[in-house]
Amino acid sequence: MATWFPIAVIIGFAAFVVGAMVSANRILGPRRPSPVKGQAFECGNPPSGSAWARFSVRFYLIAILFLVFDVEVVLLYPWAVAIRRFGTVGLVDAGIFVAVLMVALIYAVRRGALDPD
Amino acid sequence: MLTDLLIDAAKAIVAVLLVLNLATVLLWFERKGSALIQDRVGANRAAIFGIGRRLGVPNLGVTNTFVADPLKMFTKEDFVPDQADRFLHTLAPFLSLFPVLVTFAVVPFGDRLIVGSRVIDLQVCQLDVGVLYLLAVLGIGIYGAALGGWASNNRWALLGGVRASAQMISYELAMGLAIIAVVMTFGTLDLQEICRRQGGAWFGWLPKWGIIYQPLAFLLLLTAGIAESKRIPFDMPEGESELIAGYFTEYSGGKQAAFMLTDFAEVVLVSALVATFFFGGWQVPYLYPEGFRLPGIGSVLLPNLVVAVLGVLAFGLKVVFFCWLQILVRWTLPRFRYDQLMYLGWKILLPLGLINLAATAVVIVAVAS
Repeated sequence: MATWFPIAVIIGFAAFVVGAMVSANRILGPRRPSPVKGQAFECGNPPSGSAWARFSVRFYLIAILFLVFDVEVVLLYPWAVAIRRFGTVGLVDAGIFVAVLMVALIYAVRRGALDPD
Repeated sequence: MLTDLLIDAAKAIVAVLLVLNLATVLLWFERKGSALIQDRVGANRAAIFGIGRRLGVPNLGVTNTFVADPLKMFTKEDFVPDQADRFLHTLAPFLSLFPVLVTFAVVPFGDRLIVGSRVIDLQVCQLDVGVLYLLAVLGIGIYGAALGGWASNNRWALLGGVRASAQMISYELAMGLAIIAVVMTFGTLDLQEICRRQGGAWFGWLPKWGIIYQPLAFLLLLTAGIAESKRIPFDMPEGESELIAGYFTEYSGGKQAAFMLTDFAEVVLVSALVATFFFGGWQVPYLYPEGFRLPGIGSVLLPNLVVAVLGVLAFGLKVVFFCWLQILVRWTLPRFRYDQLMYLGWKILLPLGLINLAATAVVIVAVAS
């Protein structure tokens, strides 16, 4: 419990400082809304509808690929800490694990998952 | 017991304040530094009743950055577009800056300080899972950029937001892989312990810093770190000439300030991490807990207080050096194109990170058995 106390303090203090920063203008700033000011900025043109529309699926692909490889990285951490204890067996196991994911990466790159449209 | 808790709380608060202040100083440094690099004068207008000029002090833009800008920022209208999601619009800058400040909890800024019978560890919180905490908390920052772009309901902001999140997750892989290699080398996830194991010297003169074990991981972490902070050459998410200001196009006042400070706080964080993992953190070459031991010259005994202060100073110096390096990079290189960014992240840094990981693992296992 005592270990996590400083973390609680830093979370509380950072939340206070950042919260104050984000909400200071509500109190200190003026408030004069107008229909034109409320428009989304599109270089001076009237906004062409809501921005909450479809966008390139490439970003979604990147997110999925990230998920796979980030889980790989996370799973490698415990092995990395105990690498000296696991020795050759651990090395071979981790090697197989990484090799399988390397095949996936090469496949994704070959299929053009990361290329621009 | 109470004193211990108070010391812990003081360390946490001082760490956050130090980072915020260093971030602001970097903002000033970037203004005047960029002016120096580009042969301009830079900020030199704002002054308080012309006091500096009357005293004959050159105007270094200090009033601009530390008085005029904050005053102006916090007295602006808190502007939210009509079509935006008001709650997420406020949450986004919070989620952007907050995690960066909280990560500093595990960054050690000095060795032990002994006051009477009390041993104070100069780190906000010594966690056995320090590196995992770091990566976990840092990951939250992605929501800040992504939500900021989404909540504004502006096309530029949305594009900036998705670009920022794609970029940050791509480079987080390279960052994670670089740190794994370091973790393997030192065999611990505790950042303070990583610093301690970089003490000492080979052949009596070469400091056992991480850069000597892991030069490639250093380059990977620095590159990925600059990409994470979304600064030039990796600033597609906020590239002015194409996306106005990217995900914070629709932000003003303090929220905008929070996004801006995030950039600089991340610069400080990347510098602190690079210093901790590869340059010995608070280690001073040839300085041991009992004093200096210079190769071929002799040794000087020093009290604990001096050693601890020297360590904190060394850490500060290393952090400032890497901040300066990142600002130099920002004002020297042109912006990448989006496909070049993805190419670098996925097809160069990721494989390089895996190769580095494999090589490190093989060497460590070979040496250990």
